[in-house]
Amino acid sequence: MAERSFKAEVEQLKLGDGESFHGEGILAVTKALLQAGVAYVGGYQGSPISHLMDVFSDASDLMAGLGVHFESSASEATAAAMLAASVNYPLRGAVAWKSVVGTNVASDALSNVASGGVTGGALIILGEDYGEGSSIMQERTHAFAMKSQMWLLDPRPSLPLIVDMVEKGFELSEASNTPVMLELRVRACHVTGSFTARNNRRPPLTVAEAAAAPTRDTNRIVLPPANFLHEVEKIEKRWPAGIDFVRQHRLNEHFGTERDEIGIIVQGGLFNSLNRALELLDLSDAFGNAALPVYVLNVTYPLIPDEVQAFCAGKRAVLVVEEGQPEFIEHELNTLVRRADLQTRIVGKDVLPRAGEYTAAVIKDGIARFLRAHAPDRAPAEEPAQPPALPPGAVPQRPAGFCTGCPERPIFSAMKLVQKEVGELHVSADIGCHLFSILPPFHIGNTTMGYGLGTAGASAFKPEGKRAVAIMGDGGFWHNGLTSGIGNAVFNQDDNLTIIVDNGYSAATGGQDIPSSRARPPHRQTNNPIERAVRGVGIGWAQTRTRTYDVAGMRDAIRDALTSPEKGPKVLVAQSECQLNRQRRIKPQMAKALRAGERVVRERFGVDPDTCTGDHSCIRLSGCPSLTIRTNPDPLRQDPIAHVENSCVGCGVCGEVSHAAVLCPSFYKARIIANPDRRDQLRHRLRGWVIGALQRRSARRLAARAF
Amino acid sequence: MARRERITIAVLGLGGQGGGVLADWIVQLGEANNYVAQGTSVPGVAQRTGATVYYIEMFPAGCASAPPVLALMPVPGDVDVVLASELMEAGRAILRGFVSKDTLLIGSTHRVYAIDEKSAMGDGRASGERILAAAQERARRFIGFDMDDAAARTGSVISSIMFGALAGSGVLPFPRAAFEDAIRAGGKAIETNLQGFAAGFDAAQGKGEAPQETPRAIAPTTAAGRALLARIEANLPREAHDFAVEGVKRLMDYQDASYAALYLDRLEALGTDPALLTEAARHLALWMSYEDTIRVAGLKVRASRFARVRAEVKAKDDQIVELTEYMHPRLEEVCETLPAPIGRRILASPWLTRRLKPLFAKGRHVETTSLRWFLMLTLLAGWRRWRRGTLRYRIEQARIEAWLALARAAAPDVAVEIVKCQRLIKGYGDTFERGLGNYERIVERYRKGNLAAADIARLREAALADEEGQALDQALAS
Repeated sequence: MAERSFKAEVEQLKLGDGESFHGEGILAVTKALLQAGVAYVGGYQGSPISHLMDVFSDASDLMAGLGVHFESSASEATAAAMLAASVNYPLRGAVAWKSVVGTNVASDALSNVASGGVTGGALIILGEDYGEGSSIMQERTHAFAMKSQMWLLDPRPSLPLIVDMVEKGFELSEASNTPVMLELRVRACHVTGSFTARNNRRPPLTVAEAAAAPTRDTNRIVLPPANFLHEVEKIEKRWPAGIDFVRQHRLNEHFGTERDEIGIIVQGGLFNSLNRALELLDLSDAFGNAALPVYVLNVTYPLIPDEVQAFCAGKRAVLVVEEGQPEFIEHELNTLVRRADLQTRIVGKDVLPRAGEYTAAVIKDGIARFLRAHAPDRAPAEEPAQPPALPPGAVPQRPAGFCTGCPERPIFSAMKLVQKEVGELHVSADIGCHLFSILPPFHIGNTTMGYGLGTAGASAFKPEGKRAVAIMGDGGFWHNGLTSGIGNAVFNQDDNLTIIVDNGYSAATGGQDIPSSRARPPHRQTNNPIERAVRGVGIGWAQTRTRTYDVAGMRDAIRDALTSPEKGPKVLVAQSECQLNRQRRIKPQMAKALRAGERVVRERFGVDPDTCTGDHSCIRLSGCPSLTIRTNPDPLRQDPIAHVENSCVGCGVCGEVSHAAVLCPSFYKARIIANPDRRDQLRHRLRGWVIGALQRRSARRLAARAF
Repeated sequence: MARRERITIAVLGLGGQGGGVLADWIVQLGEANNYVAQGTSVPGVAQRTGATVYYIEMFPAGCASAPPVLALMPVPGDVDVVLASELMEAGRAILRGFVSKDTLLIGSTHRVYAIDEKSAMGDGRASGERILAAAQERARRFIGFDMDDAAARTGSVISSIMFGALAGSGVLPFPRAAFEDAIRAGGKAIETNLQGFAAGFDAAQGKGEAPQETPRAIAPTTAAGRALLARIEANLPREAHDFAVEGVKRLMDYQDASYAALYLDRLEALGTDPALLTEAARHLALWMSYEDTIRVAGLKVRASRFARVRAEVKAKDDQIVELTEYMHPRLEEVCETLPAPIGRRILASPWLTRRLKPLFAKGRHVETTSLRWFLMLTLLAGWRRWRRGTLRYRIEQARIEAWLALARAAAPDVAVEIVKCQRLIKGYGDTFERGLGNYERIVERYRKGNLAAADIARLREAALADEEGQALDQALAS
């Protein structure tokens, strides 16, 4: 079960001719795929394309009805390899993942599919995670397009255009026998908008029909001599065909005036920001009617030499707005202008920042600089910078952290306690929510080398004395960690500890099911225990702890693994359900039981304000969002006290931590029994009678010696 | 170019506060009222408790001959309305330049503390006044109130309060009913959301209920109390009265009237400097009411505490609340509760401690609402009568006397700083020992001489800088 349910969105996938679709960009793409007669879809979840995968998961019946095959791929490499189905058969296929990380994983298969070329349209939908809110390294997918000779679409963030580009992307792919990448930036994936729908199309050929009538062409297989031919074919056949298609179908657009001495070339995805920047400089209006010519590259690779030449001819200078580095487009434009023997200056990174996100504010400054140099009469007056209203330090940072009740928190609390005993550990972290351990308050983790690569990242450490620790999530484990990490550690006789966080979902990407999930979804085979898998590849020392919230137990298990005389790689599977998903699962159940008058027990934690002395050790070992501070109600004490908010889900970590670390007696657990049964009531009455009497007696005594 | 027609709204909040729901309502509001509306967000890591921005633009459909080009991110100087769900997020909006002289800033004044603020060893909270001042200075108009409180009062969530405040501000060209329709169209928890909406609406129009502060009553209720109050008023400077009364109250509750009298004896012996006596009144009371097992047990079993917990966990009248405490008395704490000679003998004997320690190596889940544990805790609380004989009492009184002797011997400005060092001693177990250790290191350094008042203050701050004591090491070395 994913983090969000998309049942409502699935209904929109059924819209027909002329009906209006409202929703997020990435959901518009799902609809566009069905309209384009796609035969198969695969992919790997990750922001910002998780929603695409989730919608398809929720739309299994609809897809099956249309004869479309969908699968949640084991990794991006798996997804990319799926495109092999389009090599021999006229099947339209689409795969999706988060880029640039997913493209890295997929690049082996991508190189191969790009080399042999495709018969059916092959579309790769990339959620480009770059800039604000991004969690990955800042690199460009553009490089992959160039090196493997795949076309890269970067459409203007307008839903009708994006939908159209899906259809055109398939056609382009088929016309040039080349896989096509459709790149969507984070905010374009999540932008809301509408477009006019068309009927869904059954694929003219389904994957089942193709499998039933196999065809074969050894020239499409990447092996000498065919691979040498592929390279020639790319240049002589596919590349010109691609350029012709883009030109003929006018995939790139022109905005603004016809003629001018200056102009702007912009990546499609940045057009809205560019137009806003121009608007703020009084050089455009709300509809994109710019006061100078703008050439919008909805196709950023390849560039179309004729179009570039026509645009640049007669212009003194052209500004290229190209996000990220290296500035591939700027380089290519310079080459094209040179070849066409034009005297146009190509201006890009010399007025725009070399690195970082191109927000409208950044672009605005760049345009101002461009105008001052090349059209000073149209440049805006220099505004004196306003002094900042606040120094940056006035607003505290909010690094991401574990959710309230997260089962991963106690693992790191336990590690912190172990470190107090054995000293600092080298910790090779992985990708996933557990990477938040590197941030306050845990400060655990030295490196992170990629998804599922926690154990591999520790493999250089062959300890003599202190063992290194690797962290791996269950998502990363099934993605590749079982082989790249665990299998490798067995084979190379490692002596490190791998802690596998088994929370039942690919949690960081939105709670999708994976092979070890405990849920039993109808179309997937789950409940494959991780411990069995690692034992299967040769791990001898493996333990599964089924309740991570038992901090002392976790601490002891980690200490055992680090100090055990036994040699060889050790695996500790730390198992408790992702709390986000758990709450989503049990909240409605509890509400229903409450309404039905059934006995429901709710647990939550609290802090007694009169025994808390405000040292916050508990927070430094936990960092739970619901464990916070508030002004000390004691007029004598100055430091704020710990306080548990009502968002507490009663996971128990704060109590367990204060036990394990011998912190303080201020934590209490309250069990709130709603609709108590007769036994509860009887016991409660009996206790109330004795306790009440004693409390009244001590209250009298207190009053007698009171102030 | 002409005055633009679009409306731009940025929502700054924390993951999980319902910013997405609010953004959806606003988009829905625009679309239902003949506007082209667009919302964007960045889900993912940002929403795992981090700060995040939702952004909405809308454009009157009637003015649009072609589809308008809408931006996907707020641009400094181009944001009409900023909604911030928390005070520091309002600060972040100002910091990022989203709040300009054309901007209406609607912000909650409550705090959700960031991890660095929470995990500080002392008080690491950022200054809210600075943000409020900047908000007043930078925004065209600032509507600020405690939305968290409004949400709690109406049993709703902060997103509905913000939506109500947006409507109440009158900045958007839509009637109140249109906003309420958007909530209904959203289809989730409509009734409570509408209640929250109404509260936000009223607050934005300045009609909200102002939270009332009840003045603290300090009138004594017993003859002993009246006598001690008279003594405070007669012998201590005015400035010290509040703390001294609080201290006397505390110590009568903690032990008895004669213990409170001892407190006043000690204060009076410190001289007449008002600043010194004020701080001493605070810190001496805290030290003298050190948290031993007797005190903790006594506080845990009180009826007033049971009532407070019920309120805090929001238990309804027909629900049963059972309480479990997480206690971890070690052999040290147990021995310190025993009569001093016995406790001392056990702790001094390696043979005995080795044998007894394992009995107290594990934390206890103390079910205070069960009869067995309640009686046990009540008995322990009753041990108060013999507290003066316990080992801990002897130890603490000796520490207090040594501390006061230092203060008495010092000039008033230095004495104040020495007195304030009591703040370092807090907590239980390891935490207590760390704090006491830091305190002792500073005192030891002071005894060596040449420490001015400001130096002591600096060392005290250093002791609160990190858990490992590195900052204090450095400060002591320099």
